[in-house]
Parts: sequence; structure tokens; C-alpha cells
Amino acid sequence: MIAPSFLDQLWLARHVILNGLGITVAISLLAIFAGSVLGVVVGLSLVYGNRWLRWVVRAYTDIIRGTPVLVLVLASYYVSSAVGVNLDPFSAGVLALAVFCSSHVGEIVRGGLQAIPKGQTEAAKAIGLTFGQTFAYVLWPQALRQFLPAWVNTAAEMVKASTLLSVIGVAELLLRSQEIISRNFMSLQFYFFAGALYFLVNYGIERLGKYVERKTAIPS
Amino acid sequence: MGYTLNFAVVWRNFDQLLAGLALSLGLAVISILIGAVIGLAVAFALTSRYRATAWPATAYVTLIRNLPILVLVLFAYFALPQLGIRLDKVQSFVAVLALYSGAYLAEVFRAGLLSIPKGLTEAGLAIGLTPMQIRSTIIVPLMLRNVLPSMSSTIISLFKDTSLAATIAVPELTFAARKINVESFRVIETWIVASALYVITCALIAALMRQIERRLAVPR
Amino acid sequence: MAKTLLEIAGLRKTYGAVEVLKGIDCAVHEGEVIAIIGSSGSGKTTLLRCINMLEDFQDGTIRLDGEEIGYHVEGSTRRRKSEKDIARQRALTGMAFQQFNLFPHMTAAQNVMLGLVKVKRLPKGEAHAIALKWLDRVGLGDRANHYPGQLSGGQQQRVAIARAIAMNPRLMLFDEVTSALDPELVGEVLQVIKDLAAEGMTMLLVTHEMRFAYEVASRVIFMNKGVIGEEGNPREMFVAPKTERLAEFLKTSSFN
Repeated sequence: MIAPSFLDQLWLARHVILNGLGITVAISLLAIFAGSVLGVVVGLSLVYGNRWLRWVVRAYTDIIRGTPVLVLVLASYYVSSAVGVNLDPFSAGVLALAVFCSSHVGEIVRGGLQAIPKGQTEAAKAIGLTFGQTFAYVLWPQALRQFLPAWVNTAAEMVKASTLLSVIGVAELLLRSQEIISRNFMSLQFYFFAGALYFLVNYGIERLGKYVERKTAIPS
Repeated sequence: MGYTLNFAVVWRNFDQLLAGLALSLGLAVISILIGAVIGLAVAFALTSRYRATAWPATAYVTLIRNLPILVLVLFAYFALPQLGIRLDKVQSFVAVLALYSGAYLAEVFRAGLLSIPKGLTEAGLAIGLTPMQIRSTIIVPLMLRNVLPSMSSTIISLFKDTSLAATIAVPELTFAARKINVESFRVIETWIVASALYVITCALIAALMRQIERRLAVPR
Repeated sequence: MAKTLLEIAGLRKTYGAVEVLKGIDCAVHEGEVIAIIGSSGSGKTTLLRCINMLEDFQDGTIRLDGEEIGYHVEGSTRRRKSEKDIARQRALTGMAFQQFNLFPHMTAAQNVMLGLVKVKRLPKGEAHAIALKWLDRVGLGDRANHYPGQLSGGQQQRVAIARAIAMNPRLMLFDEVTSALDPELVGEVLQVIKDLAAEGMTMLLVTHEMRFAYEVASRVIFMNKGVIGEEGNPREMFVAPKTERLAEFLKTSSFN
């Protein structure tokens, strides 16, 4: 009789699981927020920076994008303590994910801005808008619509990547599930259950992305 | 604080890192090849007119894309034995990465299939080719050329996912780096070198894909 | 004689090693309608873009109402004006583009209002009233709340003209505004320009529509390889070109 006993175990573990889910959401939100802010700076530097700045930022994104997230997480955790910063696993993990997120958002922002035809800037200049005004009213609103779907996708990537923090001991949903499994040996059921929760969260984000995309579409 | 860089230990263990990298590449090549076959079949199913084939394909892609790969890796290695499916570390990881690749490559191939004008199929039918012949001689060759650029980034991202094999103690590059890190305490050096190996490999994959793209480009 | 509005002297423009404008001198008086014709690569579009500082230029001066556009000279050094000054000067000239360049995320009315609100700092209500007035004048009063993607090419170009003209510019620049349009939509746009000309708006039009140039322009400038090849009254120029070059060019242009 596996089913009733699984439900019993699930009921017993409900606080632990909810707590893990909460940590997962917290990690993801922090990483997405910090990563997006940094990513916008990265994207703007790639488009509008002088040659020197572009080179530095390009190297940054290429290195981050060429490194597995797990390596970023492990490096952030071990290196921070080696240089005496002593980040706790949660902070080290969030830092790694935020850096990862920033390189993706940076590329998305760059792509969105560069996809806008040159004529848009020229038309804005021709009616006398300054560069700041052109950016704020003409370029950014268009770029935003263009990269919103990809950005939402990045958010889902962050939720998935948050599982990697279990490796450095952050008690998020996956590590909590592993702890539960180590007590009751129901690996099949509890991995499955964790998977289902991740699926629901990500599927929800995906739906939300589609909805936002429809809402912000320019009528034509 | 007095951390001075000293790469000597890392160079002494460099052969472990290289062996790890070789294993990473091996895992990636096998998984992606299997994944490409899955992806191609699923892409045809996704674009099929028949709901009975399109629906399961959509479900597979949606499911995999919304699950963290780490959950799948742990599930395959720790939970599947409960169902009597016993795979060793490498087998279970390859199985997971192949399934994962299949879903992501299916999306890439699907976009490629949709970009092929209907008229080509009709032209093929008009000269008497069977639907299967049209697929193998016209549609797939053209589609592969079209998707090479987006395939490149998918393949790089799948290669980076091989780092997750470290979590079930497959001695690939990340596992080797972590081992050296823990044994030598040359934390920064270890992660710089490991990350550099990943970055360089990703750059080489990108260069290789561009080369293939150029080779296969239809002259115009 | 009407007052001189625009004065161009010794204008030179190079792209790298290529000299596109090789010393342009010309004056435009208030109320004049000048058609600039010439084959592609003759520098006519570049000339227009320099007047609006969409292109930097290396030598010479452009003055609008006596004020030097884009640069100021102190002793022997010539400096580009600040972006802010250039933006203010650009607002004095209106420009319509070949590709319309409407802002796709704004309705027709919002397109026209943007400059009024952000550059002229008019209150929104007043800007909206002006936008509606001009959209009405180009025959699109009922399309104010449509997005560019919901309008035909001809309608988009008319909104773009309304957007420029609503800023109440001293001078209007039209850069091949009908070249990207389907033939059946050209007429409605030309009619709008004709009406503006009749009201005394000073304008420079780069155009391939020779019949239109012939009918509407008070003066025609023929550009050839970066210099003004010939200029004058359209009747004289089109009927009896003085230079070989212009005769050649007119032969290959259609007069439909």
C-alpha cells in the first residue's frame, strides 16, 4: 500500500516542503531582480558603451555564458570564502544566479535594442527629441515589448537553476525533498512530487509570459 | 588579506581536468546525437496535422522544458531503481540528457520546419516523390541548414548541462574541479582553470558550428 | 523678394574617403517650394539630412533664420553644438522619411503628440487638440486612435507628415516620401504636400516624381555627383535643360 503511506509522509513533510518551496521562490525572485537590473546595465553598455566598455562587458558576458551555472554556483561559494568574504550558501548561490541572469538579460536587451530600425531614432531626432527622450519614449518601449517573452523565459530558467543551490547546501525545495527521501526512502514519490511542483511553477510562468505578450502586443 | 595566486597545484592535476573535459564532451556528443534523433521525430510530430501525434509530442516538450534537469538527473539515478530500472551513473545521465536534448532540439527543428515554404513539398509531390522521400531529400537538409545558428546555442547549453553529472559523481570536468578544490584549497585557481576550459570549449563548439554552417551554405 | 530662410554655403560631406557633397551653395526664401532631383548617389538625400543634422558634415555652414545649424565656430576651431542645442534646432525643421518611421507602439495621435508634449512642453490636452487638427487636415481625423500597423502605407505617410508639420516648423524636408508606396497610394500623399505648398509652407523635397516637381515646385535643383548641376524654374529646366547631364537624366526619368 504505497499510496496511503505516501500521503501520510507528504502530510508529515508539508511544512518542510512548503518551506523549501518558499526558499526556491525567494532565490528565484532575488536572482531575477538583481540579474535583470545588472543585465539592463550590461545590455545598455553593449549597445551604447564606448569601445573599451563594450570590450570589457562583452568579455564578461562571454565568460559567464561559456561557464555552466553549476560551476558558477560552486565557484561563488568556494571562492567567496577563500577570499574572506564568507558569503553564506544562500547569498553565494543567489550571487551566482544573478550573474548568470545578468548575462542573459544583457544579451536580450542588446538584441531588443538593436532590432529597432535606425529610422526610429532618426524620426525622433527630426522632431527634436534629445537622446534621453528618444530612448525613454521611442526605443525602450519598443525594445521592452520585443524582449519580454525572452525575459519571462529567463525567469523560468532561474527557477530551474535554483535547484543547483542544493549542491552547496541551500535548503530549497530539491534539498528539502532529498532530506525527506533520506528519512523515508520514497525517492520515486518525492522526486516526482518535487518535479510536479517545479513544473507547475514554470508552467505558470510560461502561461503568464504568453498572457503578458498578448497584452502588450501592438495592434496591427 | 593574503591570497596569492599559485597555479602549481592545478597544473599538477591538469590531467584530471582534461580527462574530465574529455568525459564531458563524450557525454555531450552521445546525448546530443540521441537527442537529435528524438528531436527530429518529435519535431515532425509537433508539426503534424493529426492531433493524435501532435498532442503527445507537445506534452513531452512542455514537460521536459519546464522541469529542472537536476531533478531529472537525480530521479533517473535514485528513483528509477525503485521501478526496477537500474542504470549506472553514466547510462542514467546520458538517458536524461538525451531526453532533455530531444525536447530542446525538437523546438529548434520545429521552427526550422515551419520556415520551409509549402511550395517545396508540392513541387516534390509534383515530380512524383513520396512524402518520406520529400522529407529526407528536401525538407530535412534545408531545415538543418536553416537551424544551424540556433542549434549552435542549444548545443552549447546542453554541453554545459553535462556539469550536472557531477552531482551523481560522474568524474567529468566539474566533478574533477571540485575534487581538486577540496583537496588542494587552491580554490580560485581551480575554478579559473575549470571555467576557462568550459569557456574555450564553448567557443570552439561555436566556431565549429559556424564552420559547418559555412560549408553547408547554399550559394547565392 | 521674400526673406531668406535657409542659407547653405560651401557644404562638404565625406564618408571616409568618399566625398558625397563637394561644396553646395544655395539659398531658400520663405514660401519657396524646392524640388531636388538627381540620380541615386548624387547626394540629394544627404543634403537634406545635413540640414536636419541627421548627418554630420565636415565643412561649410547651414544657416536657418541666420542661426548656424549644428556647429559653432570660435576663431579657427569648429565644434559640433551640444546634443541639446542640436535637438532644439532640429525641432525648427520638420522631416518626412521614405520609410515613414512612425513609432509603431503609439497611435497616430500619440505619434503627432510626442514632440508637442516632450519638446514643446505643451499640456497634453492642447497637444491632443493640435494632433487631431492636423490629422484631420491630412484626411485622417477618423484614424487618430489607430496604430501604424493598422494603417495603409499612404495613411502612415500622411500621419508622418502631420507629425512633422504639427511642430510648426520653419521649413519642411521631404525625403522621397512616395518611393516606398504602392502606385495607387502616391496621389493622396502628394495632394497633402500640394495643399501645404499652397498655404505657403517653405519646403525642400527630394523626389522622383518629375510631374509633381514640375507642377508644384517654384524652383528645381538638379544634383549631380555631389554638386548642384543646374537650378532654375521647372518650366525652363524640364523643357530646355542647359546641361548635357540634366538632359540625360530627364530622358531616363518617367513623367507619368
